[in-house]
Amino acid sequence: MAITHEGPAPAEPVRSRSSILNDARFRGLVAQAVVAAIVVFAIGMMVWNAQTNLANQRIASGFGFLNQTAGFGINQTMVEYNETSTYGRALLVAVINTLMVAGVGIVFATILGFLVGVGRLSKNWMVRQVCTAYVEVTRNLPLLFHILFWYLAVLAAMPAARNSYSLFGEIYINNRGIYIPRFVFGEGSGVGLIAFAIAVVGVIVLKKWATARRNATGQQFPVFWTSVGLLIGLPLIALLAVGFPVTIDHPVLKGFNFSGGSRLLPEFAALVIALSIYTGGFIAEIVRAGIKAVNYGQSEAAASLGLKSGLATRLVVIPQALRVMIPPLTSQYLNLTKNSSLAAFVGYPELVQVFAGTTLNQTGQAIEIIAITMGIYLVISLVTSAFMNWYNQRVALIER
Amino acid sequence: MKKILTALALGASAVFASGAAGAATLDQVKKDGVLKCGVSTGLPGFSNPNEKGEWTGLDVDLCRAVAAAILDDPTKVRFTPLTAKDRFTALQSGEVDVLSRNSTWTSSRDATQGLNFTAANYYDGQGFLVRKALGVKSAMELNGASVCTQSGTTTELNVADFFRTNNLQYEVVAFQGQEETLKAYESGRCEVFTSDSSQLYALRLKLANKDEHMVLPELISKEPLATAVRQGDDQWFDIVKWVHFAMLNAEEAGVTSKNVQEMLSSPNPDIRRMLGVEGNFGEQLGLTKDWVVRIVGKVGNYGEAFDRNVGAGSPLQIERGKNALWTKGGLQYGPPIR
Ligand SMILES: N[C@@H](CCC(=O)N[C@@H](CS)C(=O)NCC(=O)O)C(=O)O
Repeated sequence: MAITHEGPAPAEPVRSRSSILNDARFRGLVAQAVVAAIVVFAIGMMVWNAQTNLANQRIASGFGFLNQTAGFGINQTMVEYNETSTYGRALLVAVINTLMVAGVGIVFATILGFLVGVGRLSKNWMVRQVCTAYVEVTRNLPLLFHILFWYLAVLAAMPAARNSYSLFGEIYINNRGIYIPRFVFGEGSGVGLIAFAIAVVGVIVLKKWATARRNATGQQFPVFWTSVGLLIGLPLIALLAVGFPVTIDHPVLKGFNFSGGSRLLPEFAALVIALSIYTGGFIAEIVRAGIKAVNYGQSEAAASLGLKSGLATRLVVIPQALRVMIPPLTSQYLNLTKNSSLAAFVGYPELVQVFAGTTLNQTGQAIEIIAITMGIYLVISLVTSAFMNWYNQRVALIER
Repeated sequence: MKKILTALALGASAVFASGAAGAATLDQVKKDGVLKCGVSTGLPGFSNPNEKGEWTGLDVDLCRAVAAAILDDPTKVRFTPLTAKDRFTALQSGEVDVLSRNSTWTSSRDATQGLNFTAANYYDGQGFLVRKALGVKSAMELNGASVCTQSGTTTELNVADFFRTNNLQYEVVAFQGQEETLKAYESGRCEVFTSDSSQLYALRLKLANKDEHMVLPELISKEPLATAVRQGDDQWFDIVKWVHFAMLNAEEAGVTSKNVQEMLSSPNPDIRRMLGVEGNFGEQLGLTKDWVVRIVGKVGNYGEAFDRNVGAGSPLQIERGKNALWTKGGLQYGPPIR
């Protein structure tokens, strides 16, 4: 390849004048073009060959099936879906369901992992032992075992709908899931949304102002609690002003089951719990290692500046530990997302179950469907990595 | 996982294979000395391993009969257990030569899955299993019910059709394996377990307290459970199809595993042709003259297989019903061997 020269360019161009064929740059380009052409040709041949072979064997091919009617039901749909929707729509439902378990799982696993990881370094003997036991037990059992335990063992212990456990007469737990009341926003609720947007802007401005003031005068301002107040208070006041058009839809027992309210499927609950607990064990170790990696001198220095131990951990140790933690944390997030495909064992309708399972079987288009499924996991993983890399750069040590 | 691997194998073979699809399966089976047969993962009466680990059942016997006809030995079969999801890919990719796994014959499977159904060896319909304690007497009372079923089946589609056409609310919970589906039903996740009704009778035997459960009277679909082979090998298609017809013809003519040797001296021309005493009908198919003697002698006729596996001589006690011979008011009808 061409070499870039630092400093002043040579007076004479190094390029040979005899023949373009002897030019290293040109030859490099040609070589690359030839390789690219071969790759494109090979892929083209494979696609063509696959198509003719499938046609010869009379196996359907192509992506037209995405527009055909699916005909099966799905029991958790975040977007409009029914039996007359298309396979493409079923794919969308499945992707959203995958993102939901993965997203909620990542949040819980992270919280759990941080608590346990910090707990393992606690000065309190009890706390330390409990956290160690948690890490050992969760990490050393296969994930499928966790999932089946939470699904079958816990589900079997739940009562039928008629004898549900109830909390405050509003929340019901039974072997069909967890039912909670749902807010129904009526006509005119839009003002609440606008007020919320204003509150968000307010919080950003407030944070900027408080930081500037602290840098200038050293005075602290309770940004956190003020923000919480703003975010909840402002929409509430706005809604009250228009006569509070919000009603609550309560779950009520009707026939075999509850209707009304919102419902968490037991399959969803079992998966999220199992994935969070399992991945939480690994994250705890990452957190512990990250904190351990911060030189003890840092804590001592913070203490000598007069920071209390909690503040020292939050302001001095954790920010430095984060740098060590983020790369392995990213792998855990990716693992959790991919592990959500074990859902097929508990019948949660995610990507592998609905698309690489039912849809593949009903249409028989294995190659297309596996390719789409792999592509989607790849995109989810790349986006997660990209986000974590961005965050990693943000917290990375800025050498001055 | 297995599914994905099989799909990848299929993908690879489609991408790299040189085109000559439908190599002679018969020659391959003769060369290997074994028939590769796809069955269920365990369905009493149809395909299920017994205490000794040998596969038994009506679907299993069809494969044994094919092996008897070709290799003169009904034990020369390698059985591959397949879930509903994996079965067609396994046939397409060549993992099995015959799919004899309670699979419903439908137009789309016949047209787009690269396979051909040979004949229905059991005419079935879909039904519902519920707890007696539920107090439900008809499927029409199932409004709001949760229904457990296996994914990738016609069952999953029929249940959606049934509830939709009758304007009933429902929730379907679909699992990939039969074990998981049954466990979820047992744990109370669903009011209803649905599948082909023959399978309901079979699986009810697997439940802890089988007397607490009952099958509702409605049959909501047609489920001709048929044998399938890969598309593109007509000779193989003919062989598997005619093995089933031979078992039907044997029953109709009263030829059984007990009397087949005596029947060789029967004066009845139908029987003489069938058993190869006259003509060479087996050789025309690529088999031997005595193919039916081998099948019936070593496996039995259709009626014998039915009784032993799912009928009066089995724990399932299923009546012949639609599966009686056409001469007895049923649908099983073997075209003549001549
Ligand atoms: N006949 C239907 C359903 C067949 C089916 O898979 N039924 C389930 C009933 S639980 C079964 O036999 N499972 C056994 C297994 O997965 O091995 C079809 O062809 O789609």
